[in-house]
Amino acid sequence: MNKNTANAIALTLLWISAIVTVAVLGTVIIYVFVNGIAQLSPEFIFTWPEGVAAEGGIWPTIVSTLYVTALAMIIVTPIAILAAVYLAEYAVQGRLVSTIRFAADSLASVPSIVMGLFGLALFVEAAGIGFSMLSAALALSFLMLPIVMRTTEEAIRSVPKYIRWGSYGLGATKWQVVSRSVLPASMPRIVTGIILATGRAVGETAVVIYTMGQAINLPITPFDSGRPMTVHLYLLAMEGINLPAAYGTALLLMIMILAFNLGARYFLRRNRKV
Amino acid sequence: MPSLPSMSSENNSLRLVSRATHLKEIALKNLFLVCAFVAVAGVLLIFGFVGFRGWPAFAEVGPWSFLAGTEWSPTDGVYGILPLIWGTVVVMLGALVIGTPLAVGTAVFLSEIATPRVRGIVRPAVELLAGIPSVIYGFFGLIILRPIIANFTDGLGFGAVTAWFILAIMIVPTIATLSEDALRSIPPGIREASYAMGATTWQTIYKVLVPAAKIGIIDAIILGMGRAIGETMAVLMVVGNAPVFPESIAAPIATLTTQIVMDMPYAAGMHRTALFGMAIVLFLASMGLVALVRLISRFQTSIEAGR
Repeated sequence: MNKNTANAIALTLLWISAIVTVAVLGTVIIYVFVNGIAQLSPEFIFTWPEGVAAEGGIWPTIVSTLYVTALAMIIVTPIAILAAVYLAEYAVQGRLVSTIRFAADSLASVPSIVMGLFGLALFVEAAGIGFSMLSAALALSFLMLPIVMRTTEEAIRSVPKYIRWGSYGLGATKWQVVSRSVLPASMPRIVTGIILATGRAVGETAVVIYTMGQAINLPITPFDSGRPMTVHLYLLAMEGINLPAAYGTALLLMIMILAFNLGARYFLRRNRKV
Repeated sequence: MPSLPSMSSENNSLRLVSRATHLKEIALKNLFLVCAFVAVAGVLLIFGFVGFRGWPAFAEVGPWSFLAGTEWSPTDGVYGILPLIWGTVVVMLGALVIGTPLAVGTAVFLSEIATPRVRGIVRPAVELLAGIPSVIYGFFGLIILRPIIANFTDGLGFGAVTAWFILAIMIVPTIATLSEDALRSIPPGIREASYAMGATTWQTIYKVLVPAAKIGIIDAIILGMGRAIGETMAVLMVVGNAPVFPESIAAPIATLTTQIVMDMPYAAGMHRTALFGMAIVLFLASMGLVALVRLISRFQTSIEAGR
């Protein structure tokens, strides 16, 4: 075969693989959108599910999802940012740092079902918190930790050295350099990382199913149980009792995820220009 | 006058500041170290707690009859997870066979062929694909893909094949983004040298670039493997959940992850312990894959250092 023919065929195949990837995404989004849009209404969003077939709305599940996500974000953000500050600014490369990195990589690859059972064993049962927003948020924060740590560390490392030198030259201590120069400069990318990790938490199912419970409940305190949207969707889809509500839940979930992802992207772009 | 031992040795530059400031700096540094150690503590806690709950499954059932037992029948007190391990492996391998070419192809496309404009569409799409919740993939697979598969096979469409396609989509972002990073880290001079020799784009890709990024691509595939092994909800909704060795690729099976979710609501006693035992197996498998990636990159660094 002529090398130019081979080239043309191969490039076509590469184009096809990229097109397939985009097409699959488009299909999933459009499919959920088309089937769910008829279901979306203020009643669906703001009322409670009723009866065996879960007719009516999904309000308590939306609140549960947002509640647990916000709580997890509050728990994980300070820890992850400070951990990343240590890795990027303070740590001397060596065994300690490579242990921490290995732990973070392992944490990132722990299957979500294992994280769920861990949350059940530690927070729900051993610590006695029970099925609650707090148990679920703690388990989720272990899932989010490596993501926020990684993006924050990359953000801090991308701050040019001369910004640090300038601060040191003015007589700043290390913490002053970090808190007044480095962190503000890397803040847009840190926020982007947090938003992306939060998006992961919104879509998580296997972790929360064993830490939050499955009872439909409107959580008020962190010790209340609830049922997040993902678990609601799973139960509706598997029992096949109320497919329209399943489509509606899937669409709302999708819209939230898209909002998180596109929001993060927009935020980063807007701040980069400044 | 009391001596200031901590000031003398640790950090000379800090002598210039007051003692209070110095102590604050030291305290903050240690606080950050503690935060960094939360990740280590997390891994140890997971291993400790899941291990503590699941250990009796190995001790009382016996490691061999637990891991290599061919029958999973908790009601009869028989806890062999080999059918589940088999299910996990079958589902993972199929997903890799379908997903890897697609993902690596997309990665090569993104780094070598796409114009910035096209890249601006495909790259966010790949990232969004990673963001879609697995329960939505499962729902999509259950409602759309399953009936299509059922038309081509003689079952209901619950089985390994359906899971292959759904999982293949789900591992594309992992493999594609990591492979693309590996390809992009190749210095442009190497491409230019290849083109200067009269090579076509495709010749440059498969004779120069892919071999150069080989290690990175292998790492990406291994991490995609980890993702496939650990995926729960999407697989759960399409595999049919029968803990047996399947007769065909379209027959219902179960994986380690799906069996845990199926049994957890009612499991008690040794049954529940066995589920935690399966979680340890999953945990060790995923950590093993991460360790493998580290070993490979260390191996490569030492080769390059020796050169």
